[in-house]
Amino acid sequence: MTEPVVEMSAISISFPGVKALDDVSFRMFPGEVHSLMGENGAGKSTLIKALTGVYQIDSGSIVVDGESVSFTGPAAAQAAGIATVYQEVNLLPNLSVAENILLGREPRRFGSIDGRAMRRRAAELLDGLNLDIDPGSLLGSHSLAVQQLVAIARAIDVDAKVLILDEPTSSLDADEVAELFRVIRSLRDSGVAILFVSHFLDQIYEITDRLTVLRNGRLVGEYLTEELLRIDLVQKMIGKELTVLDEIGRKAHSADAEGAAADRPADFVRAEGLGRTGAIEPFDLVIGEGEVIGLAGLLGSGRTELARILGGIDRADSGTLSIGGTGRGTGGTGRGGAGGGSGRGGRGGSKLRTPRQAISRRIAYSSEDRRGEGIIDELTVRDNIVLALQADRGWFRPIPKKRQEELAQSYIQALNIRPANPDALVRNLSGGNQQKVLLARWLAIAPRLLILDEPTRGIDIGAKAEIQKLVYTLAENGMSVVFISAELEEVLRLSHRVAVLRDRRLVADIENDGLTVDALLALIADGSVAEEGGVPDAPTAGSGPGAGRASDPDSTTAPAPLETSGDRR
Amino acid sequence: MNALLLRTVSSRLFWPIVMLLVLVLINVIAFPDFLTVTVKDGHLFGSIIDILRNGAPTLIIAVGMTLVIATRGIDLSVGAVAAISGAVACSILLGSSDPGNPGTVAVAVIVALIISLVLGVWNGFLVSVIGIQPIIATLILMTAGRGVAMLITEGQILTVDSAPFKELGSGFWFGIPVAVVIGAVIFAVAALLTRRTALGMLIESVGINPEASRQAGVRARVLLFTVYAFCALSAGIAGLILTANQTAADANNTGLFIELDAILAVVIGGTSLAGGRYSLAGTLVGALVIQTLVTTVYTVGIPPIVTMVFKAAVVTAVCLLQSPTTNAAFAQLRQRLAARTARVKEAAAS
Repeated sequence: MTEPVVEMSAISISFPGVKALDDVSFRMFPGEVHSLMGENGAGKSTLIKALTGVYQIDSGSIVVDGESVSFTGPAAAQAAGIATVYQEVNLLPNLSVAENILLGREPRRFGSIDGRAMRRRAAELLDGLNLDIDPGSLLGSHSLAVQQLVAIARAIDVDAKVLILDEPTSSLDADEVAELFRVIRSLRDSGVAILFVSHFLDQIYEITDRLTVLRNGRLVGEYLTEELLRIDLVQKMIGKELTVLDEIGRKAHSADAEGAAADRPADFVRAEGLGRTGAIEPFDLVIGEGEVIGLAGLLGSGRTELARILGGIDRADSGTLSIGGTGRGTGGTGRGGAGGGSGRGGRGGSKLRTPRQAISRRIAYSSEDRRGEGIIDELTVRDNIVLALQADRGWFRPIPKKRQEELAQSYIQALNIRPANPDALVRNLSGGNQQKVLLARWLAIAPRLLILDEPTRGIDIGAKAEIQKLVYTLAENGMSVVFISAELEEVLRLSHRVAVLRDRRLVADIENDGLTVDALLALIADGSVAEEGGVPDAPTAGSGPGAGRASDPDSTTAPAPLETSGDRR
Repeated sequence: MNALLLRTVSSRLFWPIVMLLVLVLINVIAFPDFLTVTVKDGHLFGSIIDILRNGAPTLIIAVGMTLVIATRGIDLSVGAVAAISGAVACSILLGSSDPGNPGTVAVAVIVALIISLVLGVWNGFLVSVIGIQPIIATLILMTAGRGVAMLITEGQILTVDSAPFKELGSGFWFGIPVAVVIGAVIFAVAALLTRRTALGMLIESVGINPEASRQAGVRARVLLFTVYAFCALSAGIAGLILTANQTAADANNTGLFIELDAILAVVIGGTSLAGGRYSLAGTLVGALVIQTLVTTVYTVGIPPIVTMVFKAAVVTAVCLLQSPTTNAAFAQLRQRLAARTARVKEAAAS
């Protein structure tokens, strides 16, 4: 076999309180597509940043193309032939394609930029990628996928031996991914070593030749992609069996099978004609105690907007919201154990005006935007966990230090937050652990309704399973949950009922009893399918307060949607 | 031992304290009696005591400023508020028949402080309710405030003859200058109020991520009112000390540019202007650095015309030492030293 173009040996890197990489070795050969696999916090990004000169290594060595290197910064790595294209395209949309490709190294003539030579050079590069666009056009006028390819053109122009693509497909559709893969293959055939990082297993198996798996900052191993079964890969990544997910699935469904009409739990929240102009059209929704409602819909369908209104983040401008006043039965009353209908109209007719009001009624909303609206990154894990509880008490009634410590410690243990150090800054935690800190913050206020907006996005499989299990257990203990996820399997696994949104309207509200991903997809894509398929009483928004949601669970048990969608395929 | 050293060097307070010690050292060399504190008539005297007393107004304002800056704000109006506070107190004293009466002085002081508090609430209103950027909102009062002070003093320098009032600026309590005692009390009150309650954590939370804080139920509006009111109150107190020290209210010059010194003290103390985590201890050190600097200019005999340049040089030095770039450079240096020691050990072993 040829010599590796990159050979990183025994790399270690530490951050305050965290050993990010511990004695990790990694190599890449010319003409291969290689992927770095691991959960969040496994050390993938740290390793990449060491290779691109962003981080200095504490120990170990890096050899690029036979020469030992010590990068002082990203520029040095680039000069050594290591090119990187990041997840967010960082080019300048208001300049032309050619200017973007050659920015900073424009061909010159008589001291000024030679526009013609620049366009010619850019055209050559684009040709090499089989990309048929006008080099003189504005970058911003092209789709994200094309911009991504322009970024690649820019990267390979600097005589790249190694091309690092960090989550290049996260914002591309299927055709665009195919286009990108075509380019990746042609680059590979020309001898470039490509590091392809992605969360999508399908794509990993389609494009890569070799995999390196990391876990908790350590090397698990290097494998040929074709020789490693998917199930083995996932196991190596998370280091434990996946049975926990299956278990949840089974339990949830058995619970549903028992959930007869008579056992309809007491309502906790009842929204009638609630809506907000420009965000979501008026909708009706009832959430029972201990019930998990899944919100399904595409990005921009109004699922987040609906959740934000329920959580008091945005103010509704029509309709009413009644919040159950049946006392604080958070413990013990399982689904079906609370009896029927006692919570209706508890504090009727109100609307939530601020998050604070929602919190004082024990409604917690955990935002999808973890960094922007969730964590306070410069504060410690402990401060982040007690924040909502403390804010609710008011500043003059501080939670005693000892109690804060107990709270932090108990949630760190219960949610398995790593590092298990309440004094660590949340900024230094991995995405999954930040999400757990956020969950801990909301659990600390002992919510009766917990609204989770994409709690599992961008976090690793292990943490995902833990969060799903937690949602299940909480609902068992009587907490109502609204669960939003782009992953329909996850929604179906956890929800008792699924509310489907499309084009800023609530289009269906159905019991999750034998509901399949295909059926749900059909509802999300096109409501007429659902109506044809006989999902009864799926209310359309705007049908007025009190208009029927699926009030008779028996009639929703028909497997009709499943068959219908099957027919359509 | 090494770990301790490392922790000390990477502490936010390390460079400000080093700078303070260097300045003190320069003074001791130029003026060997610098550190001597003598007791005359039961009162403490000495250069150190002078620094503490003259630095008290800056420190008091800087404490309030620290909390405002922690919320991602800034208060440019403190100098103007100090002038108004002094003007109000002096005009009340002048208007009364018996300015030497402690009761009259108490009334003057209380009215001045209430007016300062109202001005702070005004700032808080502009920032939190109207939503004007803090630098603009407080610029309004910075400009208008001097005019208000002029109206109160009717364009005159109000000289008062009131022994109890004068005590505020140049008197002694139990041998310690009154200004120093007031400064210590304000500092302690702020530290206790923010760190013994949840106020400090909530202020930092709002400063770091306002939207996340709102969603967590933090009442940012109340917090903003509180910090701007507190900052203006501290400016009012500083204004009284400054006025009492001169026994005159000068609408144009009382507390002139003190906002800049206060902001500098906060920044030297390691609190970021971007808001978030703050250090009152750092602010204390920062205020002392600034005042020692002013004193050094005189003891070392630097011509007053270049005082400002000298001050700027020192501030630049402290800011450079604290910058992330410098810290990264130091970290790299440490790494290299460690690597070299490791190599030397290896060589010795083989």
